[in-house]
Amino acid sequence: MIVLLVLFLGSISLVAALFAIHTKSLLSAVISSGVVSLVASILYIVLHAPDVAMTEAAIGSGLTTVVFLLALRKIRSARKEDHRG
Amino acid sequence: MAKRVILLLLLCGLAVLFYKTLTGMGPTLTLAPMSQQMVTDAPQTLGSQNVITAIVVTMRGLDTLGEVAVLFIAAAGIGFLLRKEHEHRREMRRDGSEILKTGARLLLPLIILFGCYIFTHGHLTPGGGFQGGVVIASGILLFILSDVSRSVNHSLLSISESLSGFGYAALGIAGFFLAAGFLDNRFLPMGTFGSLFSAGAIPVIYSFIGVKVGCELTGIFTSMQEDA
Repeated sequence: MIVLLVLFLGSISLVAALFAIHTKSLLSAVISSGVVSLVASILYIVLHAPDVAMTEAAIGSGLTTVVFLLALRKIRSARKEDHRG
Repeated sequence: MAKRVILLLLLCGLAVLFYKTLTGMGPTLTLAPMSQQMVTDAPQTLGSQNVITAIVVTMRGLDTLGEVAVLFIAAAGIGFLLRKEHEHRREMRRDGSEILKTGARLLLPLIILFGCYIFTHGHLTPGGGFQGGVVIASGILLFILSDVSRSVNHSLLSISESLSGFGYAALGIAGFFLAAGFLDNRFLPMGTFGSLFSAGAIPVIYSFIGVKVGCELTGIFTSMQEDA
């Protein structure tokens, strides 16, 4: 049962990681790399490491994604100003 | 061609190494002597129900101090690089919808309360200062994103951040003079095992870490988000 769950979660995280590499849209890449972290945090709970799982869920899938999104928005607004100037 | 052959050889060598590691891996049924010592010592001499917290805050407390310092340097670097340039035109952000605003206003106290719960109960349940601080920062982030008119008082952030950092280091030095060594938790009363006020200075130290991490991460967000 646990082996099946781990295989299922592992395949989700592989698919999300490959999608993040191959997609053209930067936004989808950021979101799917957040999904990888979320699946990893579930795996940590399965492996009985709740402390690490909490850190991974909060920092890996929450904060890192937000920081990447803010950086993405910054790059876009900088490009817009370049076009104008 | 030669490049490809070398690459293939390197990959084969890597595969052999990984195969050796994989076949040698099995469930560890006995702890190494040092881990055994730590696991039996943490509840008995340090009085902490959560062994991981006792290791992170007390036995490996210097590493945690280093981590907090690294986070501080990262936050300071981001604040320095992205400091506000006043000649930049401020981009108008879209205001959040009514549902988002009301939801954020309802959820913010609950999220902050949950963050405080995580870091004050670090010695009893999973979690601790870092996790609690991150939860608080994410609540504040939700509040800022939902309502454009809200902003964060940066001087309050930096004051509470430096005060908690000072308190953390001061408690470490107090352990040096009053107990066995730097960051030793046994100079405050130990309390009953498993209650909120127990394990000496561990909950106090974790509360300082929680406030510090929350302030630093909020500072990172706001400095990245404000002058976009």
